[in-house]
Order: sequence, then structure tokens, then C-alpha cells
Amino acid sequence: MILASAGNIVVWIVWVGAGFACLASGAAVVSFSNPFYSALALIGNLGSLAVLYLLLSAEFVAAAQVLVYAGAVMVMFLFVIAYVGPRMETPWAGGPSWQSVAAVLAAASIFLEIIVAVALKAGGRLSHSDHVNSTFGTPGWIGRLFLTDHLLAFEITSIVLLVAAVGGVILGSHTQRRSGEEASTS
Amino acid sequence: MSGPGVAWYLGIAAFLFGTGALGVLVRRNPIIVLLSLEIMLNGGNLALIAFSRHAHNGAGQIFALAVMAVAASEVCVGLGLVVAIHRRRLALDVDQLSELRG
Repeated sequence: MILASAGNIVVWIVWVGAGFACLASGAAVVSFSNPFYSALALIGNLGSLAVLYLLLSAEFVAAAQVLVYAGAVMVMFLFVIAYVGPRMETPWAGGPSWQSVAAVLAAASIFLEIIVAVALKAGGRLSHSDHVNSTFGTPGWIGRLFLTDHLLAFEITSIVLLVAAVGGVILGSHTQRRSGEEASTS
Repeated sequence: MSGPGVAWYLGIAAFLFGTGALGVLVRRNPIIVLLSLEIMLNGGNLALIAFSRHAHNGAGQIFALAVMAVAASEVCVGLGLVVAIHRRRLALDVDQLSELRG
């Protein structure tokens, strides 16, 4: 009993730490003027989200989050930021324009709407049970689900990735051909 | 070990979604708009995984992985666009890129 409550306290401490890191780094991504620092803050955001996924016993998704997002996607972001050069932008300079005021109002209303919806519709009933299967969230379990119940989603995901790769290649080569044409006509 | 309930995770997810929406609406650098979009997608992912744990159902985690793949492809195309804009010597500012405006 004492051991269980001690474990409970540890879970709460980890949750508070990861949740605070998640919220702080999310706000930092939006407010940094240098996109390089924003990308670094997003890596922290993704890492703390992976901790939250582990607390929700989604181990495979947490590992995939770190590998795919914090690894591959963020390396691509940092490479492109280094390629185009860091462009400073002061998002809150020059006083509040109607555009930024409206943006803050829209974002706050989205946030409040979700909070109110969660509180009203499912306030007391959203406490998950203590025990899950020992296989819940493991790679084998996810793989079995992917290849049995959700095979169509798996295949469509692969097609989406293929289309995106082809689109990226076309975007890269098209501009090169266009600049070559302009060079030949001029 | 019970720990915090699903509603707490949904609060974090809502805050992340709101923060990302604010970034998409306020910032003018397309790279930071893409980063804010990632925050919005991750807020949705956190809600999906919290509900998956709540319902003891794997469909939420499967959907979260699909969202991750869609986010990776969106980043691929979006960064391709950023590089293409940069190559054509256009300004990297979503307010100035108004050629397609009707």
C-alpha cells in the first residue's frame, strides 16, 4: 500500500515536470524570434511529450516520437534553417495590431472551448483504471493491430509518405528547371 | 499506479493546440508556421493517446502513428516549398507571398 502510494507520487512528479516542460517549450517555440531557437525548443517539446506518452503506457509511440520527430524531422528543420539562414522576426514588436489581437483571441477561444467541452461532457468520468495489460503499447501489440485490424490505414499511410516524397522531389527539381529556362532565355 | 487522470492530459493537449494555433496565426516566417503546426498536431496526438489509454483501445495509438506519418510528409512538402521560395529569391514572409490571392 505504501509502495503503491509512493509510486503514485513519483508518477505525479514526473507528470508535473514533463507537463510543465511541454507547456513552456511550446510557448517558447511561438515566441522566440530566431527560428533556430524555436526548432531547439520544439525538440524539448517533443521529448517531454514522449515522457507523457510513456506515462500513458504507450511505449512504442514514445519511441517512434523520439526517433521520427526529434530525430529525423527536426534534423530536416535544422538543415533547412541553416540553408536559408536565420531570419530574425520580432513577432510582438510595434504594438498590438488588429491581426495579432484577433489571433490571440482566436487561440484563446479554441483553448477555452476545448477545456469547457472536456469539463462539461466528461468531467468526473475521465479517470482511467489502474491496470492495463502488460502487452498494452508494446511494439508487438501495435504491429499486430496494424497488420490485422488497421491494415488499410497502414497501406494508406505508406502511399501518403510516397506521395510526399515524390512531391518533395518535384518541388526541388521544378525550380531548378525553371531557373535554367530563365537563364537560357535571358 | 494511477497518477493523473485523462482530463489533465487533455488540458495539456488543449494548451498545445491553442499555442500552435496562435503561432500559425501570428508568426510570418513560414518555417515557424510549420513548427507551430507540429505543435498543433502533437496536441492532437496527446489527446488521442490519452483516450486510447482511457478506453483500453489500440485504435488511438494507431491513429497517432498515422498522424505522425502525415506530419512527416507535411514537413517534407512544406520545407520543399520553403527551399523553392528561397531559391527564387522571394521573401520568406507569409504576408508578402500573396501572388495566389484571388
